[in-house]
Amino acid sequence: MTEPTPTAKLAAQGILARARWHPLEFVFWIAAFSAIWLLPNKHLILTEIAWLALFALSLDLILGYAGILSLGHAAFFGVGSYAAALLAKHGIITEPVLALVAAGLIAAVVGFATSFLMLRGADLTRLMVSLGVALVLRELANKFSDLTGGADGLQGVTMEPILGRFRFDMFGHNGFAYCLIVLFVLFLAARRLMASPFGLALLSVKGNPLRARAIGINVDARLVTIYTIAAFYAGVAGGLLAQTTAFSSLDVFSFDRSADLLLVLIIGGTGYLYGGLIGAVIFKVMQDYLAVLTPQYWPFWIGLVLVVLVMVGRDRMLRWTEPVRTLANRLDWRAKGQGQAS
Amino acid sequence: MLTILFDGIAYGMLLFVLACGLSVTLGLMNLVNLAHGAFAMAGGYVLVILVNNLGVPFWVSIICAFFVSAAIGFVMEKAFYVHVYRKPHLDQVLFTIGLVFMSVAAADFAMGSSQVFARIPQALQGQIHVFGIGMGRYRLLIIAICGALALGLQYVLVYTRFGSRLRAAVDDQRVARGLGINVGNIFALTFAFGSGLAGLGGALGTEILGLDPTFPLKYMIYFLIVVTVGGTSSITGPFLASLLLGIADVAGKYYVPKLGAFVIYTIMIVVLIWRPQGLFARAANK
Amino acid sequence: MTVALETTNLVKQFGGLTATDNVSIQFEAGARHALIGPNGAGKTTLINLLTGMLKPTSGRIILNGVDITDASPQRRVRLGMVRTFQINQLFPDLTPLETVGLAISERRGDGADFWRVAGTKPGLNQEIADILDRFRLADVMNAKTSILPYGKQRLLEIAVAIACKPKVLLLDEPAAGVPDEERHEILSSIAALPKDVTVVLIEHDMDIVFAFSERISVLVNGGVFTEGPAAEVARDPRVKAVYLGESLDA
Ligand SMILES: Nc1ncnc2c1ncn2[C@@H]1O[C@H](COP(=O)(O)OP(=O)(O)OP(=O)(O)O)[C@@H](O)[C@H]1O
Ligand SMILES: [Mg+2]
Repeated sequence: MTEPTPTAKLAAQGILARARWHPLEFVFWIAAFSAIWLLPNKHLILTEIAWLALFALSLDLILGYAGILSLGHAAFFGVGSYAAALLAKHGIITEPVLALVAAGLIAAVVGFATSFLMLRGADLTRLMVSLGVALVLRELANKFSDLTGGADGLQGVTMEPILGRFRFDMFGHNGFAYCLIVLFVLFLAARRLMASPFGLALLSVKGNPLRARAIGINVDARLVTIYTIAAFYAGVAGGLLAQTTAFSSLDVFSFDRSADLLLVLIIGGTGYLYGGLIGAVIFKVMQDYLAVLTPQYWPFWIGLVLVVLVMVGRDRMLRWTEPVRTLANRLDWRAKGQGQAS
Repeated sequence: MLTILFDGIAYGMLLFVLACGLSVTLGLMNLVNLAHGAFAMAGGYVLVILVNNLGVPFWVSIICAFFVSAAIGFVMEKAFYVHVYRKPHLDQVLFTIGLVFMSVAAADFAMGSSQVFARIPQALQGQIHVFGIGMGRYRLLIIAICGALALGLQYVLVYTRFGSRLRAAVDDQRVARGLGINVGNIFALTFAFGSGLAGLGGALGTEILGLDPTFPLKYMIYFLIVVTVGGTSSITGPFLASLLLGIADVAGKYYVPKLGAFVIYTIMIVVLIWRPQGLFARAANK
Repeated sequence: MTVALETTNLVKQFGGLTATDNVSIQFEAGARHALIGPNGAGKTTLINLLTGMLKPTSGRIILNGVDITDASPQRRVRLGMVRTFQINQLFPDLTPLETVGLAISERRGDGADFWRVAGTKPGLNQEIADILDRFRLADVMNAKTSILPYGKQRLLEIAVAIACKPKVLLLDEPAAGVPDEERHEILSSIAALPKDVTVVLIEHDMDIVFAFSERISVLVNGGVFTEGPAAEVARDPRVKAVYLGESLDA
């Protein structure tokens, strides 16, 4: 084999940039996992943060990487949530991890089926269709109240211990560890996905679908794939909610949930995977604080944040994430990076 | 049966007046305004306050509802919306959802969370029977007002100087500016007028649609259906779509109450997939 | 001589405007074929039809004996027909390195690979590097495309197409608006394409057209006005008239 040219060596390093781990990422995950031991009395809210983060990550996959604007992402969250609750209630799959995977897969099937509806039309059409799908599913869940419990929600669900060993305790200790591990595993998968040619192709479709087609990328197939994957993620997030609360209600499909989710992701920033995670932390902390002050008027503050974000400019508001992003993407951290990436 | 048709038409007409402003802002200015219902809600509350609390006559209050909403629309446009016309749709969505949430919470704070009704004059209550069809007087009034508005709008857009300026401004902003048309003012006035109509619709509709702080959220999807299904290239499209939606909704609730809104959402999805430009849009010919 | 690409009675109407008017044209394998005509003649529209970005109103398109009239754009690329755009169409968030790498991955059929990290396939990096070197993009390969100067972006526009290793390459005014040094780069890389690649060039600069092409087709008002060997078309007084008429207007 001939020796690679200098440019080829540089290219070999450069192209791995997206796959390379930055020290801050380790800090982030070490901090997250140490919360298991350091913040034992906050585990209930941390659990909510963990599944919300996963849900927001799922939206990031389609919005941040493929540019699909959705106002009905709660559809898949809801499907996953009901699936997990029903599987447990009727004793079909009692082991939570397996049930969670099943819930994700069921959501993914729904995502796959509806993805074809999202291919056509402009932003507004997609927005309406996604919203419509969530509403239709909500109506269905409402109508089949024998199965879903209708407006009262699905009650009387008991969850078996995780892997047959770890009970969902009332302080949420095991629940949090469980959610965090699921989040971490799925995050790793997403990270890998986005550093692959598939991930690059998605970014190219988002940036310029016309040119993506002109270099032979099957745009529709890529969008269907990522939409399905994102539905899986959302379904798992919904499943986590159902499992940790042993409950599911129509509220999982609500428009507010989809809208809040957009805010969560936008606060943290789109297109670098950590946005949804950071956003979930900020959102829940904010909610915790403000909801105590004025529980009834909580939507007002959400609205205000959204308006201010847009008026000031998302780019400008999120400039604080820029160093993190550039570092994460570009910092030359070769020796270890090479080993990590392959 | 005919009564249902009649109620459906009244409901549809009302939807049209509520949503036509949205059709204009979306179609002409390419603005995704999810907060349109907030202006309608404002109109509704203006009516309730004026009639119930201050004892202002019904007619005067309706007209006030129009002007108050229009004024709010004008101010909002000049202060905020101008900045988002050029932003990506994602920003427009975020911004207008933000407004919806704020308006819902603000209405809750100011007016309380329960549903309110305006006192309607005696003359407008009850039914008249024509050819054996029972027609609510109030609904008849709605049909009359909204029908007249629809005709008036069509006339304004197609035949007046303002209409042609608006169309010019939209077709090509740069050229329109070159021709000395004040595009900014035209947009603001159009936006204000659309908001005013929404306010008027909201005021007229308190009786039929109900009025509570979640109004902007509850009817958002209906307005969007009217606009997307009707298409935005004319106002006849949204008009027909409103009538269809109104009749379908009333009939659906009467004949198949179990299915709820399911049918409407499904039809919307099918239409959007089948004709992304809207059911009544002319084939794009650019 | 075999025909690489041909159209029969191709028509495209935009409302009342006929942008492509009954065009039947043949491009021979390995041809250096120029497509000229005044602004608005329908040259870009023809390319859009050939590559599937627009659907023709009527008529057929045949690529190497295969009827591709109804084929998707990506299928046409896989069959070896690639284009560049008159106005740059690039990926703002990707770097030149990633853009070129993506094009090569797609060509090799690895594009849907969602587990392997980009750039870990053997041989890929060398191929990317060769293209970056050839188009003088090596020094900016890790910069975001959206912040590159126009000349570099134009080079990338052409480089991406060439990375697809086309059998038929359609170039829509590749050198338009490019500073002199980069223009030279672009032209020489086009000249260096393998002989068996069919190249169709749209260009307004007659010096480039005559230096490059063996055959010229002249489009006017959507239809083929005349066609022939370069030297013959150069002498045709009617062609000059068409262009002069145009330039007097301009
Ligand atoms: N998508 C479209 N919709 C409507 N009309 C179009 C469209 N694309 C092109 N046209 C019209 O078709 C005609 C041919 O345009 P085209 O871009 O093919 O010309 P061209 O020969 O490439 O010109 P130039 O040398 O300026 O690039 C023009 O009148 C143009 O306005
Ligand atoms: Mg052209």
